[in-house]
Amino acid sequence: MGKTLFEKIWESHIVVEKQNEPALIYIDRHLVHEVTSPQAFDGLRINDRQVRRPDLTIATMDHNVPTSDRSLPILDQTSAIQIKTLEKNCKDFGIKLFDINSPNQGIVHVIGPQLGITLPGTTIVCGDSHTSTHGAFGALALGIGTSEVEHVLASQTLWLEKPKTFEVRVEGKRRNPHAVTAKDIILSIIKNIGTAGGTGTVIEYRGEGITDLSMEQRMTICNMSIEGGARAGLIAPDQKTFDYLRNREYTPKNYESLVDFWKENLKTDADATFDKTFVLDINDIAPQVSWGTNPGMTCDVDESIPSPDEFSNGDVNQKKGAEKALEYMALDSGTMIEDIKIDRVFIGSCTNARLEDLIEASKVIQGQKVASNVNAMVVPGSQMVKKQAEEMGLDKIFIDANFEWREAGCSMCLGMNPDILSPGERCASTSNRNFEGRQGNGGRTHLVSPVMAAAAAINGHFVDVRKLDLN
Amino acid sequence: MEPFQKVKSIVTPLDKVNVDTDQIIPKQFLKLVQKSGFGKFLFFNWRYDENENLKSDFILNDSKYDGSKILVAGDNFGCGSSREHAVWALDDYGFSVIISSSFADIFFSNCFKNGILPIVLESSIVDKLQQETGPIEVDLENQLIKTSSENIAFEINSHKKKILLEGLDDIAQTLQFEEKISSFEEKSTIPSVL
Repeated sequence: MGKTLFEKIWESHIVVEKQNEPALIYIDRHLVHEVTSPQAFDGLRINDRQVRRPDLTIATMDHNVPTSDRSLPILDQTSAIQIKTLEKNCKDFGIKLFDINSPNQGIVHVIGPQLGITLPGTTIVCGDSHTSTHGAFGALALGIGTSEVEHVLASQTLWLEKPKTFEVRVEGKRRNPHAVTAKDIILSIIKNIGTAGGTGTVIEYRGEGITDLSMEQRMTICNMSIEGGARAGLIAPDQKTFDYLRNREYTPKNYESLVDFWKENLKTDADATFDKTFVLDINDIAPQVSWGTNPGMTCDVDESIPSPDEFSNGDVNQKKGAEKALEYMALDSGTMIEDIKIDRVFIGSCTNARLEDLIEASKVIQGQKVASNVNAMVVPGSQMVKKQAEEMGLDKIFIDANFEWREAGCSMCLGMNPDILSPGERCASTSNRNFEGRQGNGGRTHLVSPVMAAAAAINGHFVDVRKLDLN
Repeated sequence: MEPFQKVKSIVTPLDKVNVDTDQIIPKQFLKLVQKSGFGKFLFFNWRYDENENLKSDFILNDSKYDGSKILVAGDNFGCGSSREHAVWALDDYGFSVIISSSFADIFFSNCFKNGILPIVLESSIVDKLQQETGPIEVDLENQLIKTSSENIAFEINSHKKKILLEGLDDIAQTLQFEEKISSFEEKSTIPSVL
């Protein structure tokens, strides 16, 4: 019987395998950042262990860095200590670090692909759940905890139970691909399968609706696999993948011979089977807006907020969850999404802060101003994205519209740095999580695409971007 | 890691589904560079008001549950961020067993690295355990939960069970396979980053 892409990558990385036990899997790339690594390096020191493969390990600082003027010292002392700690750890253990002043600094999941560090058919780990992003290149990319970070640093391997396989087939063509984006596809998928729908599985996204997407859009899809509960998300590499990674700063020298091998090997066989399948038809899907406190609580922009009964389909616990979510979000069932007013707009994060995202958003705001009651900011995903955008003049478009134009980092996606919502503030955000307090204690997050966020900034409330001329 | 012993205590019922790790330990505490002392920040936004006074309506603040080592929560516990700080906080607070009808994968794996036993049970049994007022005993060796009225069996992967019961150092175990790792590296066609 044929094999899935996941099974092929898995089998080619087995170091030790035993019946009914986890397998020891080799890790080709380890990405490290300041928040989930200090305790792992401490563990190495306590046990007098070294980093086994510094040449397969890359570090940057993204979660906790300020996005304001980088020539100024970091005021928050605990943050400053964490950043210094990463600098020291990388120096002591011989790891390449893109620090706060590096032109390559940025969100770890944005810089990996941009620098050609992410490669098809590899195993990639990082102490961050959105590591699934790299699956867009046909890599098996897993988010891990700090103990596992230490384990990979010491051994370049991980004990893993083999996940099940989950096919998500996206069929059809979007009528207006500028208004209905990759973000809307993945939010629609999560709305349907639920936030635990992918637990214990690796999703492979397939079908015309996926192959039609650019690499940056595919990253948005794979990025949010974890929001559907999946261990990882994968897309088989194709010509777009190979072209994207060619001639990047860290693209391997023998790249073309690798491409030949990948073309042959990195695809699911026609007779392979998946443990489960979900099919989404995207011919008629609408822009999505989350209304609750997890990414599955999402509806179409032209709908009204569902009642907890409608949402829960008879599940008592889900109903209670929806009631609590509406209370936290200060929203009523039946309110039209387009009538929801917002206070803040955040365009950023490893989900939606790449160059294409900024280009699409800039088309909406060109020549307009942010609504007077709204505070809006753009945080490019990496310093390289920022530079490219500035070369295209996008910074001027955003600044002229009264957006703040910031330095790269995770920023208000998780609010570890000073970029946070105040209690009660409502934000249209291009990030990935609308959990209670995620963007600031008491803050209320609505997940949307970059074009939806930009349109909300201009209008002060959500609008259906299908009504705008975006071509 | 300390070997996992039998645990006997009353249960703390957390009657919520989809409890994400942002709720278990909010971001502001992720700036710390050590592993200890996270217990006081556990469920911070649910436990404390804006002036950092205890909220009377949150279950952990009810003195009835002081000293409880067993948390019983709704479906999909530990979803979201991979932050192991969530497990460090639960551990430091005093929980050593977490029972739910399902766990998010990364959280589940993080538990075993820190000597915490996550137990998956049918949601009807989880609901019943949430009503349990007296102490219950969790016996990992025999894979049994003993309540005042019945014994409930639970499943666990034998490898994971061994790790907890023996308190094994994962990395020391793995480094015994040094030869196999080296021979894998010799055959690997994936180039270095640098």
